[in-house]
Amino acid sequence: MGDNGIEVKEIKLTAKDFASDQDVRWCPGCGDYSILAQVQRSFPDMIGVKKENIVWISGIGCSSRFPYYMNTYGYHTIHGRAPAIATGVKVARPELSVWVAAGDGDLLSIGGNHFIHACRKNIDLKILLFNNRIYGLTKGQYSPTSEKGKKTKTSPYGSVDNPFNPSALALGAGATFVGRALDGDAKHLQAMIKRVAEHKGAAFLEIFQNCVIYNDGAFDKLTDKKTRDDNVLYLEHGKPMIFGINKDKGIVLTNGKPEVVEIGEGKHRIEDIVVHDEHDESFLIATMLAHMTDNPNMPTPVGVFRQINMPTLDGEIEDQVAQVKKMKGEGDLEKVLFNGNTWSVN
Amino acid sequence: MGKEILGLNEVTVRFAGDSGDGMQLTGTQFTNTTALVGNDLSTLPDYPAEIRAPAGTTYGVSGFQLHFSNSDIQTPGDSPDVLVAMNPAALKVNLKDLKPGATIIANINSFDAKNLKLAGYENNPLEDDSLEGFEVVQVPLAKLTSTALEDSGLTAKEIARSKNFFALGLMYWLYSRPLEPTIEWIKGKFKDSPILASANEKALLAGYYYGDNTELFTVRYHVEPAKLPKGTYRNISGNEALAYGFITASVKTGLPLFLGSYPITPASDILHELSKHKNFGVRTFQAEDEIAAVSAAIGASFSGALAITTTSGPGVALKTEAIGLAVMTELPLIIIDVQRGGPSTGLPTKTEQSDLQQAIFGRNGEAPVVVIAASTPADCFYMAIEAARIATKYMVPVMLLSDGYIANGSEPWLIPEPESIPEINVKFRKEKEGFAPYLRDENFARPWAVPGTPGLEHRIGGLEKSNISGNVSYEPENHEFMVRLRAQKVKNIENDIPDLEVTGDQDSNILVVGWGGTYGSITEAVTRLRQKGIKIAQAHFKYLNPFPKNTGEVLKKYKRIICPELNMGQLARFLKSEFLIEVESFNKIQGIPFKTTEIENKIISVIGELI
Repeated sequence: MGDNGIEVKEIKLTAKDFASDQDVRWCPGCGDYSILAQVQRSFPDMIGVKKENIVWISGIGCSSRFPYYMNTYGYHTIHGRAPAIATGVKVARPELSVWVAAGDGDLLSIGGNHFIHACRKNIDLKILLFNNRIYGLTKGQYSPTSEKGKKTKTSPYGSVDNPFNPSALALGAGATFVGRALDGDAKHLQAMIKRVAEHKGAAFLEIFQNCVIYNDGAFDKLTDKKTRDDNVLYLEHGKPMIFGINKDKGIVLTNGKPEVVEIGEGKHRIEDIVVHDEHDESFLIATMLAHMTDNPNMPTPVGVFRQINMPTLDGEIEDQVAQVKKMKGEGDLEKVLFNGNTWSVN
Repeated sequence: MGKEILGLNEVTVRFAGDSGDGMQLTGTQFTNTTALVGNDLSTLPDYPAEIRAPAGTTYGVSGFQLHFSNSDIQTPGDSPDVLVAMNPAALKVNLKDLKPGATIIANINSFDAKNLKLAGYENNPLEDDSLEGFEVVQVPLAKLTSTALEDSGLTAKEIARSKNFFALGLMYWLYSRPLEPTIEWIKGKFKDSPILASANEKALLAGYYYGDNTELFTVRYHVEPAKLPKGTYRNISGNEALAYGFITASVKTGLPLFLGSYPITPASDILHELSKHKNFGVRTFQAEDEIAAVSAAIGASFSGALAITTTSGPGVALKTEAIGLAVMTELPLIIIDVQRGGPSTGLPTKTEQSDLQQAIFGRNGEAPVVVIAASTPADCFYMAIEAARIATKYMVPVMLLSDGYIANGSEPWLIPEPESIPEINVKFRKEKEGFAPYLRDENFARPWAVPGTPGLEHRIGGLEKSNISGNVSYEPENHEFMVRLRAQKVKNIENDIPDLEVTGDQDSNILVVGWGGTYGSITEAVTRLRQKGIKIAQAHFKYLNPFPKNTGEVLKKYKRIICPELNMGQLARFLKSEFLIEVESFNKIQGIPFKTTEIENKIISVIGELI
């Protein structure tokens, strides 16, 4: 309804409406372009969220330039602090749709503490991790997601650090939505962004993103047409975990451990294959799936690892404010200032 | 009954015991009752950083000092007239502070071999002549309490915990204070445990009657109510006053209050207090760390809240980078630094004024923020409101300095009528026409355009901004322009704050300047000397960046400027470099406030040089 009471039809926005007037300055071929495009293409489908109610918060890094390119409210802040700043936005204004764009160094190294606590508190934030497994903006040092042994400027003899598995970390920290996607699979990435948008609570989407300059080809196995089908497991709720160019491979659990088996006559039956349950209260299967990518003999699962509904921090704070108002009445300055032991001088 | 009552003008008492002896509670009760009978007062709680240090040790001693009077007073008193010592360690730690001839009320039951040894006494000081010159009253406090509570049904351990109420009752008798306020308090506090309530009340009464009946006291005392300005009063600590000030600022700006904070001594009480007032729409966010606390506040400010973060020096150090972001993105943000002894962890429970330079300069780049300081516990209320006024009017971070002394200390506060406090006019930008994120109003403030406003979608960030458009800019000239503009915006606030006021003798040769929590000691020292006929002028800074406009003019009028500070001379250095004048630093860095006499003596020595 417009101000004058006349029914106004919402104008359907397009991807272009979400593009700002700023020139995009990522390196040509950077995976960030695809992520930006998929976000801009998915946002018009966000039901009931007005453009002016969308806020993008970022920290520091190549991917943290993201808010400048979105024609929404945006705040490019300081290194690692995006989840904390976004928390302030969301707690102060729960009606806003608050998004965080962060790289692996930003979110998991300098900002690791804010990230796990945002997950733990289940703040209604949508956190997109642009995981390229390298420090790009500082020109090529290993990151907290770089594989062990990686040779970079700061690890000429190979990195001796063990990497984080970001999705497993988010699950362990208590995020209520955890998913993974690939910059090179536009359709799936769009679908995942929409799922993130729909979720109420701490939502974490790990996006494998190619850095053309410092870590080119890191995810080729998962995005190259020739190899991807045999290496990517698309998770779908209620469906068996099958993959392969001929859809003839699947995951079974043997003594609690995942194993790749072949499906077909004389082999495993489709009924033997584990069926994905996004809403499983237990962390077990979801965590196992998140870690599967660490094993070179297993496929990399993408999709939604886990999605459950739990009260959000911002919602709980709002409820408490309402409850206390009900209990004590609206705040009255006179009452507070003159409360307790007072005395009069005449 | 029968005993003579002597009138006194003022008294300083100190309660001291183990940190588990309930000395803070005893002191607070005595304070509240003293406030209710109408004395002016000032308090100094002094407790160790350890929550329950080993019993009987000197480092576990917790003290509470209270100065009360029938006239206007400014400090918790230099030296106690009376010390209540619950054990040998309490005596040992506090003896050096007492006035010559002071009364020592000692709990003799704790002066046993074990406790004497723990306190480091070779001989029992109550039995040798080491307390000569003091009036020692030996009271079997613990034993009398357990006799009084024999039939209470409490265990010996629980009974021992009630002895502070016995001591309190005795002090109420000695200074002719009513018991009712504390009895009422006990009833409320222990409403879930009637046995404890009745035992504590009994111990209180037993102490009171003991004073009346024992031969140990021949006189008791009375201090008439002070002649304070008309109105309704309450006793208030600096931290409480800050909390109330921010609630008031929230009401007066019409903005919801958001506090991002991480617990830290001595600032946590502000978070505790504000957490109680959610019915004002206050949102308190206990963050995972200091950086998250300030970051969340910045996020809240970006989205239109009155955003504050409370901390102490080490927390400010951690928040530094984020404060720079608020400078760059020109958002209203209030940072409260309740200073404590530093550097590093320093002296968490002790007071100091050593964060002034950190507040003014402690950021990377040219990052000016407004710095203001509260001078007394009650002043914290008004400075909180002032911080909110400046931050929202100029879209600028404001650092508000308090310190451990005024944060925990308390004084009677003439409660203002809420209507008497001016409204703070805050306008969010709504008009789409002509909007740009870094447009400037007459105060150089940029528009506050909060998310949710249709058509004003925009991006800000920590990269240098082009003026007006707010776009990222690496242009050399633009950077210099913006650095100067941000500095000028802060500097211009000198036109919007009161002049530096000189009290005392304007025609004196000597000006004593101070800032923050030393106000009480300096004022009392100056007042005492003036009463003796010595001409002295005094000025106290509440605004430290920018300084009041007339500062240079004021300072240049005086031959000698003395600047007492609880640091190595931070304000003095700042005044010297800013106004190219001589300033004489007078410093104390012991984690405790100035004694009035220390400042008096300093001033006298300067006068001596002038003659």
